Amino acid sequence: MTVLLFLIPIALFLGGLGLLAFLWALKSGQYDDLDGAAERILLDDDDDDENQSDEGNAPPSA
Amino acid sequence: MTSMASHSPAIDAWSGQVRSLENGLSEMDFLVPGMHCAGCMRKIEGGLSALDAVTDARANLSTRRVRVRWQTGAKNVENIRAAIESLGFDAAPFDARLADQGDNARSRSLLRGIAISGFAAANVMLLSVSVWAGLFSDMDGVTRQLFHWISALIALPAVAYAGQPFFRSAASALKVGQMNMDVPISLGVILASGASLLETMRGAEHVYFDAAISLVFFLLIGRYLESAMRSRAGEAARNLLAIRSVAAIRIDEDGERRSVPVEALMPGDRVFVAPGMRVPADGAVAEGASDVDMSLLSGESVPERALAGDNVYAGTLNLSGPLLVDIKAASEDTLLAQIARLMEAAEQGRAGFVRLADRIARFYAPMVHLLAAGTFVGWMLIGAGWHPALMTAVSVLIITCPCALGLAVPVVQVVASGVLLRLGVLVKSADGLERLGQIDEVVFDKTGTLTSGVPDLVNGDAIPIADLALAAALASQSRHPLSQAVAVAGAGLPMPKLEQIHEVPGYGVEGILESRKVRLGRRDWVVQDQSIAAREDDSHSGPDLWLSGLDGSARRFLFHDRLRSDAQDVVAALLASGKTVRLLSGDREAVVAQTAAQLGITHWQARCSPADKIAALNALSESGKRVLMVGDGLNDAPALRAAHVSMSPASAADISQTAADFVFQSESLRPVLHSIIIAHKARNRVLENFGLAFSYNLVAVPLAVLGFVTPLIAAVAMSSSSILVTLNALRLRTGSGGQP
Repeated sequence: MTVLLFLIPIALFLGGLGLLAFLWALKSGQYDDLDGAAERILLDDDDDDENQSDEGNAPPSA
Repeated sequence: MTSMASHSPAIDAWSGQVRSLENGLSEMDFLVPGMHCAGCMRKIEGGLSALDAVTDARANLSTRRVRVRWQTGAKNVENIRAAIESLGFDAAPFDARLADQGDNARSRSLLRGIAISGFAAANVMLLSVSVWAGLFSDMDGVTRQLFHWISALIALPAVAYAGQPFFRSAASALKVGQMNMDVPISLGVILASGASLLETMRGAEHVYFDAAISLVFFLLIGRYLESAMRSRAGEAARNLLAIRSVAAIRIDEDGERRSVPVEALMPGDRVFVAPGMRVPADGAVAEGASDVDMSLLSGESVPERALAGDNVYAGTLNLSGPLLVDIKAASEDTLLAQIARLMEAAEQGRAGFVRLADRIARFYAPMVHLLAAGTFVGWMLIGAGWHPALMTAVSVLIITCPCALGLAVPVVQVVASGVLLRLGVLVKSADGLERLGQIDEVVFDKTGTLTSGVPDLVNGDAIPIADLALAAALASQSRHPLSQAVAVAGAGLPMPKLEQIHEVPGYGVEGILESRKVRLGRRDWVVQDQSIAAREDDSHSGPDLWLSGLDGSARRFLFHDRLRSDAQDVVAALLASGKTVRLLSGDREAVVAQTAAQLGITHWQARCSPADKIAALNALSESGKRVLMVGDGLNDAPALRAAHVSMSPASAADISQTAADFVFQSESLRPVLHSIIIAHKARNRVLENFGLAFSYNLVAVPLAVLGFVTPLIAAVAMSSSSILVTLNALRLRTGSGGQP
């Protein structure tokens, strides 16, 4: 039964990873705009590049 | 900063909404109600990022808000707003003070609690199942002991963290000497965890860690669903509030136009109101002429003319020409604000409502405590010793813990509001469904509710085709609702070729046909010889338009407000289901009587002021009736608050939508009927769920009192009853759930 001494901590560790991933996602605002996230996938990538270059062109913050 | 503010009073005026960040950046939220697709998001984000000062723009589609960061500087708020508007969207600066940060934070902490208790419950359950299996096989005491300790290490911190919402609510209830459902929950969870820890130390066979933590898990799910519904409702209400406080364009003494918040307007200020804008505060027209849509105030769908000297009211919509308005009343003295105050006063009518779950908790909680205490005392009396007596009492608390009850109501409500959402009905108040399930009278407003609020040409057949075609050609150039009705009626006819068509705001449309001037509009503008007009029979009660016809005579176009296509069916179905239907309208007696007769409504009242409507509703509620009010105009808003429960169409005034419990998006009236039916079904499901939960208690509690309940039985019973009520709630979604 000594194998339990490895298996239980491993199981808890893996489950804990999942829990931490969820908590991180929650904290970083991944669940703030569920409707928007569903739609954003439809946006073209090259347009995003454009936006980013626009932001890059903006004068640096004072 | 102060010197900058003095240069730009407009920025100063928005200071409540702008947040200063580090690095010389400012941040502000704009509400963009028209944003509802990926394309809109991209347009807005792209358009804003293209501005020099803007460093970041992020749209949130769920809340319809855009968060913008920019380099702090003069006039940027106005530039950003102008930029959003130039993209074709209305934008209102969103006051951060309006946003209930607490709501959001509460939802998040509940989700965190669900994650942690779910993780703990799954792992503890895994260990518990091994222990239960081990009881029938060869697990030795040391391994079981190890499993118990690991369970304790996982469960205790998780209970301490995730159980806080219940502990806090129970503590605050006890502090004021009251009982709520959270008191037995907290007691059960704490006693189960504490007793299990003692048992673990003693090396006993049975511990209840799995029961304690999965109780918290199940209950948190119910709590989260409830809070999600509540915050969605609140979000909708706050967005409506933000739209109302949108900017006004003030013309200052130096002649410059500045956009200022509505609250900053003072009597004596002069504001500019472009076509398509709402009048920011009550005042009088100083220059310009236009048609003003008064439907918000009067429920009347036909616009009124506003010329220099006429009074215009806050919240009304300027349709055709630019106006300069001298403000007469500050924003808290406007008609709009008076109605809002009337609304607040009316709200007390609802205060007596107690939710079903709370009513049950009132007797359930003390009963559970008595039962557990009685079990403990009973086992002590027959000499079992404090330890088995305590463990039996704990098992009684766990079995009676209102886990299924905690899920029964929220799951049904979430499922029901999901079904309604698919039917185009937005549930705006958390307990609205429950109240709607109780109604026995339905009160309708007329204009815009039973009728479509869009005028319809009545006498199209009596007008020569050539005149109709000419009128339609003129009318197609105007956005006035009567013109649009003419254009619809004349669609498909061969249009005469007109030149120099232009709209004269407040009068009508004018054009040149074969070098002759033709006009469509008000009688006194079109008809030079008033004696012709006088000869026309004047029995028509609705609005009219005049056309200077081809043969030089004047043609009269009559309009009326058409009933919604299914109004008759809906009223008939309501009457058939045994509800009393009433009609309360601000309109004239003859019109209301005619509408009532058409629909088969016997109880009606005409010429009602907002106060009359409240009085009528109060009289009904005093006679013990529970009333559903369906209305749309600003004049209905106080009545919507005063009724037991209320609905309004999405075309309604903002303030009415704020006041209503339900908002339905549809050309038809059928959603009203569907909502009532679904609310009834939801109520039945809730009652069934309570029945299920009680009958489960009826079986399990005697077993627990007699000491036969082991942790295994408790876990099975608890999970199965929770699953049972959830499945029962989901029945709403299937079968006839969506159909009447």
